[in-house]
Amino acid sequence: MAATRKVESERVEEKVREGGKGKPGILSSVLPFSLSSVLLFFLGLIYLIIFPLLYRDSRYVLGVVINASMLSVISLGVWLTFTIGRTNISQGAFALIGGYTTAILSVRYGVSFWLCLPLSGLMAALIGALIGWPILRLRGVYFAMITLSLTEATRLAFLNGGDFTRGGTGIVDIPRPGALSIAGITLIPAFKGSDPLPFYYLAASLLVLTLISLRRLTQSRIGWVFRSLRQNEELASSIGINVAKYRVMAYAICCFIGGLGGSFFAAFQQNIYPATYTVTDSIYFMLYCFLGGLDYLFGPVVGAFLLIISFELLHSIQTYQTMIYAIIMITFMLWLPNGILSLRFKK
Amino acid sequence: MSQMIINGMVLGMIYALIALGLTLIFSIMNVVNFAHGQMYMLGGFVVYYLYGVYQLNYFLALIAAALALAVIGIIFEKFFFRRVIRLAKREENTMLLAMGTALLLENLALFSFGEKQRGVPPVVTGVYEIGGGYLPAGRALVFFVALFLVIGLLLFVQYTRPGRAMRALAQDKEATYLQGVDINQISALGFAIGAALAGLAGGLLITIFAINAGSGTAVSTKAFTMIMIGGAGVVSGAILGGFVLGFCEAIGYETLPGSTTYLIIFIALILFLIVRPQGIMGRPQG
Repeated sequence: MAATRKVESERVEEKVREGGKGKPGILSSVLPFSLSSVLLFFLGLIYLIIFPLLYRDSRYVLGVVINASMLSVISLGVWLTFTIGRTNISQGAFALIGGYTTAILSVRYGVSFWLCLPLSGLMAALIGALIGWPILRLRGVYFAMITLSLTEATRLAFLNGGDFTRGGTGIVDIPRPGALSIAGITLIPAFKGSDPLPFYYLAASLLVLTLISLRRLTQSRIGWVFRSLRQNEELASSIGINVAKYRVMAYAICCFIGGLGGSFFAAFQQNIYPATYTVTDSIYFMLYCFLGGLDYLFGPVVGAFLLIISFELLHSIQTYQTMIYAIIMITFMLWLPNGILSLRFKK
Repeated sequence: MSQMIINGMVLGMIYALIALGLTLIFSIMNVVNFAHGQMYMLGGFVVYYLYGVYQLNYFLALIAAALALAVIGIIFEKFFFRRVIRLAKREENTMLLAMGTALLLENLALFSFGEKQRGVPPVVTGVYEIGGGYLPAGRALVFFVALFLVIGLLLFVQYTRPGRAMRALAQDKEATYLQGVDINQISALGFAIGAALAGLAGGLLITIFAINAGSGTAVSTKAFTMIMIGGAGVVSGAILGGFVLGFCEAIGYETLPGSTTYLIIFIALILFLIVRPQGIMGRPQG
C-alpha cells in the first residue's frame, strides 16, 4: 500500500517536471488514433447528431437528457476540485449565483442570454476565487464543512436580497434565449415557444466542450500539478509550485462551470428560487462523481446519466428518490468505493 | 440586554452539547458525522412521541431518546463506518458515507413522521426574572440538564477507563492498540455517546423550538459552524464554539431581521477562518 503510493507520487512529480507530456501507448504508436478515441467519436456523434434527430418530437425524452447533460456539466466542476483533493459541497451555491446572474441581468436589464451565459460563469468564478482564496487553506473535513456552510449562506443571501433578488418568491419570468447575431448574420436563431430541441443542442455542446477542455486541462502540466496537490501540498510547494495559485485556479474553474450550469437551467426552466439549489443538490453533484469514479473524467457523466435516466425509467419509485440515492451512496462506499468505471478500467 | 445574555446562555449550553457529540466522534474516528443534525431531529421525535403523544414522564422519554440514538450510533459504526474507514483510500469516501447516512435518516423520518412541525407542551411552567430579563422555567430546566450532561461527559472522559481509552485513541491509534485496548469497541462506544448526545440535545430543545423531519441539515450546519469556531476535535473548543454561536444567535435575533443573522454569522466565520483556520482552540492541521 505504502509502496504503490510512493510510486504514484513519483510518477506525478515526474510528470509535473516534464510538463505533462506522457509517453504514447503501444496501440497509439501504431495507429494515428487509439481505439477508445474512435469509440468516443462515435458516442459523441450519436449524442450530438443522431439522438436529437431520432427524438426531436419527444419533449419528454429530450428534457431528461438535457437534465442529465447539464447536471453532468455542473458535476464535472466538482470533479475538478476532487483532483486537487478537496471535497467541495459548494457547487450548489455557484449554480445559484450563475442562475441569479442570468435572471437579474436578463429580467432587469434586458441583457441577451448569450451574453448572460458567459457573464454568469465569470461572476461565479470571480466570487469563487475571492472566497476560495481564504477557504482553500482548509483541508479535508474542514473544507467540506465550510463549503457546506457556504451553500447555506448563499441561499440565505438570495433569500434576503430584498427587491433585487425578489426574496423567497424567486424570479419567475426569465425570457427564453433570443437570437444571437454578429454583424447582421444570425448565428443562432431565437429559441421559440416550448420546443426543447435548441436547448438540447446547447446542453450537448456545453457538455462536449466542458469534457474536451477538462481533458486538455488534466493532461497538461496544470493537470499534473492539480494531482500533485491532492497527494502532498507541502511536497508540491517544495519543488516550486505556487500551491495557493493553482488551488484557487482549480476552484475558480469549478465555480465557472457551476455558474454556466446555473445560467442554463435558469433560462431552461425560466425561473429561479433561493431553494433551487440546496445542500442536498451539492451532495448529489458529488454523488454523481463518486458513482462513476473519481479517477475518471467520464465518472461524473456516467454517474449523472445513469442515475437520472434510471429514475426516469422507474417512475413508480420516484417518491423514494432521495432515500434510494442515500442507499446507493452507502452501498457504493461499502462495496464499490472507486465507482462504476473502476470495474472496467483499472488505474 | 440581560435578556440577550439569558437567551445566549441557554442556547450556548445546548449548542455545546451538540458540538461535544460531534467533536467526540470526530476526534476518535476522524469522521465528521454529517448525520448529527438528523440524529438531533430523531431524538426530538422520540421525545415528541413518548412525552407529547403517549404522556410518558419527560425524563424517561429523554433517556429513551438517548438509548435509541446510541443504538443507531452503534449500528452506523459497526456496519458502515468501520468497513469504509478500513477500505477507503481517500477520506472523501467516509465523508460521502456520512452524507448518505444523513440523507437516509432524514428520509426515513420524512416517511414515518411526515412533514409537520412538531412541538411538545412545556415540562415545567413559570417564569423567573433575573436582572430585568425573563427566563421561563422550561428554559432553565433545559439549561441545567444540559449543564449536568456536559459535566457528566467531561468527568466520564477524564476519569473512567473507557474515557481514558477514548482520549488515547484520539491521540494515537497504534499506541492505543498496543496497550491492549479494543479499538472497535471503543470506537463503537464513542459513536454511541456522540449520537446519544445529539439525541439528548434534540429531546431537550424540542421543548423550546418545534422540529420537523427536515430540520436536521440546519442543525448540522450550526454544529459545523460551532466546531469550526472552536476548533475540531478539541473538547474545550466545542464548548466555546457552542457558546460563541449561542450568543451570536441570541444577539442577532434581537437586533436583526429574520434570517440575516445566519448570513452575517457565515460571513464572519469565513473572515475568521482567514485569520485562524484551525479555530480558537484547535491545533494547526496538517
